[in-house]
Amino acid sequence: MYGTGMLRGMGVTIKHLVDAFVDDLRFLGQRYYNAGSLNARQGTRGRGVFTVQYPEEKLPVPERFRFIPFLLYEANADGSTDHRCTSCGICAKVCPPQCIWIERSSDPETGRPIPTPTRFFIDIDICMNCGYCAEYCPFDAIKMDHDYELASYERIEAHIFDKDRLDKPVEYYAGIRPTEYVDEENARAEEDAKKAARKAAAAKKKSVGADSKAAAA
Amino acid sequence: MAAQEIGAAPSEQTAVADPIVSRFEGALRPDERKGYEGYIVAAEGLPEVATGLRDELGYDYLSSVTGVDYLDGGQLEVVYHAYQTSGGPALNLKVQVDRENPVLPSLVSVYPGADFQEREIFDMYGVRFEGHPNLRRILMWDGFAGHPLRKDWREAYYEEENKPFDSRWPTGDVRRSEAANRFGKNVIYPAGFDFENWTPESDESLYASLNKVGSNGKTLQTDSLVVNMGPQHPSTHGVFRMVVALDGETITDLQPVMGYLHRSHEKIGERNTFLQNMPYTDRLDYLSSMGNNLGYALAVEKLMGVQVPERAEYLRVLMAELTRVSNHMWAIGFLLNDMGAFQTPALYAIRARELILDVFEATAGSRMMCNYMRFGGVARDLPETLRDENTLDFISDLAHNRLPAAIDELDRFLTGNEIVRARCIGVGVLPAEKAIAYSAAGPLLRASGVPYDLRRAEPYSIYDRLDFKVCTRSNGDVYDRYVIRIDEMRESVKICQQALRDMPAKGEIFSRKPQYNVRVPEGESYGRVENPKGELGYYVVSTGKTNPYRYHVRAPSFINLTVLGEMCKGHKVADAVVILGSIDIVLGEVDR
Repeated sequence: MYGTGMLRGMGVTIKHLVDAFVDDLRFLGQRYYNAGSLNARQGTRGRGVFTVQYPEEKLPVPERFRFIPFLLYEANADGSTDHRCTSCGICAKVCPPQCIWIERSSDPETGRPIPTPTRFFIDIDICMNCGYCAEYCPFDAIKMDHDYELASYERIEAHIFDKDRLDKPVEYYAGIRPTEYVDEENARAEEDAKKAARKAAAAKKKSVGADSKAAAA
Repeated sequence: MAAQEIGAAPSEQTAVADPIVSRFEGALRPDERKGYEGYIVAAEGLPEVATGLRDELGYDYLSSVTGVDYLDGGQLEVVYHAYQTSGGPALNLKVQVDRENPVLPSLVSVYPGADFQEREIFDMYGVRFEGHPNLRRILMWDGFAGHPLRKDWREAYYEEENKPFDSRWPTGDVRRSEAANRFGKNVIYPAGFDFENWTPESDESLYASLNKVGSNGKTLQTDSLVVNMGPQHPSTHGVFRMVVALDGETITDLQPVMGYLHRSHEKIGERNTFLQNMPYTDRLDYLSSMGNNLGYALAVEKLMGVQVPERAEYLRVLMAELTRVSNHMWAIGFLLNDMGAFQTPALYAIRARELILDVFEATAGSRMMCNYMRFGGVARDLPETLRDENTLDFISDLAHNRLPAAIDELDRFLTGNEIVRARCIGVGVLPAEKAIAYSAAGPLLRASGVPYDLRRAEPYSIYDRLDFKVCTRSNGDVYDRYVIRIDEMRESVKICQQALRDMPAKGEIFSRKPQYNVRVPEGESYGRVENPKGELGYYVVSTGKTNPYRYHVRAPSFINLTVLGEMCKGHKVADAVVILGSIDIVLGEVDR
């Protein structure tokens, strides 16, 4: 019969309408400011149509979400900071749109390079958020951020992030990417242990060698 | 019927490569450069060889035409990839021509699908194709100086031949890119230039070239009109222009005009290192970046000869098929938008797509710009949790419940709808022979009854072990192109279910030590995948360095537009909008 197709279509629309209210009842009292219910209603458990009241509430981003890199530093007890970056330049070399500028430090007397950057810039207008810098950094010194609200009134100065703007403490990183942080710390500890064991073995071998030499003499 | 005729193309002659040399004695010779394959044809013999290949050997489908500038040899090379629609490997033809005076015979009369691609080569390399009906620039604007993809052409922001640039490290002195532009804040106009009274030459010649004679004149007094739809028009899916010649409301001729979003994807690709191109491929067809990644990874892996671990293969296929579902959801939603059903069907369609994007975001780190694949595997394994659920449970819920339900709902919502049927059935009919001749790809080709799907015709990755059928429809109208997308989504969901079932629970996802700068052996390679929009091909030439010497994208959206004008003739203006919607283009890929 002519028109049945349209009626069936309207049935779909009505179902969506009803589903939205059923979901509202299901999550009664958790409508706003509730990350758990946001996740549920936006995930596979949600049925009806649902609006996130941005910017009052925000959808939680997954851990791997990547937006604009930042640099990590470790704060010491005495207030000084240790930067992880050694200014090896791998991030600047791998960066596809070439938005990273690094000036390596050098010793003023000998002119030899010092493994820390004097200046570090990222042009966030050019950054394409690919995450290669974080992926290929051998020192876990540069990571991708979660902060996606970067609007500003001016772009010439404000959109070139310098070292001060890029620096964030390791604790911040551990907060936004907990599992990755733990994995990396474990891998580092393992690596350190291995290195220590190798060193010990080498030292032992050396002393054994010296002993046998002495015996031969 | 037509499909069966095509399916019965001869295959026994083509099993061996030698018959081609013996058949075209003297006209072609095998390409013996290291890492290269195929044949080099003499320019004069090209049309005969092409006609012979098409009519006698069954190479009826011209996939890709592109140029390469061999600056050192003083030669331009035009590379043709032809296929049999019955399946099988490519026939790779090359023609070499002098750089100073590049003239070649056009193949548009043999393969009409070469039309836009030859125009692109003319635009990018300056090769003049004799006999081409409409040899104008296609991506660059009128009056653009030079041919951008020639190796000695330098862009306004030119810094060095290849990345990484020396200025970044170790003496990084930051400056904005504008400062490097040698044109300063603006381009320079000639003295006395008058914007008000200037019409671009190419536009005038384009308007003049349109066929304006319709059949209305006999019964109804109508004027012939030329109407510009776009570049900023809500129906054109982006910055895209259709120049339409009208007789009353009937279309007598239509020419697409593009290039507004051109950003030198290929030139940038040749400055980049191999790895750096990966995130750029996301930006081609930005609705299906996983598929784009896969095509590029395959092309480079072919050159490098690396193996991909089992689990990574499954992850790749899973992601590629989820991308297909999400792309088709979007395509159907927007097709309905084009028909005037504003936003309601589109939003219902993308409700399930949102869940797929959640998977991408949790796995790769970004909803659309996934940048997920690497040469020899994928970047990361699946995460533990997704939206407070176990990720595998989430995906398997998606593949077994949510997506099939969403597809069924769309089907129930739209397929039987009388308005949809009235607007779609019999509109924009594309017969099978024409679809092949015009190099149409993907759902456009299969809706015309040609069972050509790369996942079956030339299986890549693990598609040869998966059970799915190649969907076809027979009428080739807008309605079939809509229904085939529903069919394909169902098949994709089936593939996802199989991938989830067979995927090894644990295992390597990357076969090599991660390296930020890979060297790729000398040679050429053409990697192609069945992307949601059609055949996506990457032609890569390596000279053994860390950056590609040539990087070309065979963009399905771009080549599918070649046949747009043919499909629209005789229909009403409003139908042109629907026909364009049924091709499903993304301007990021059309203009590159």
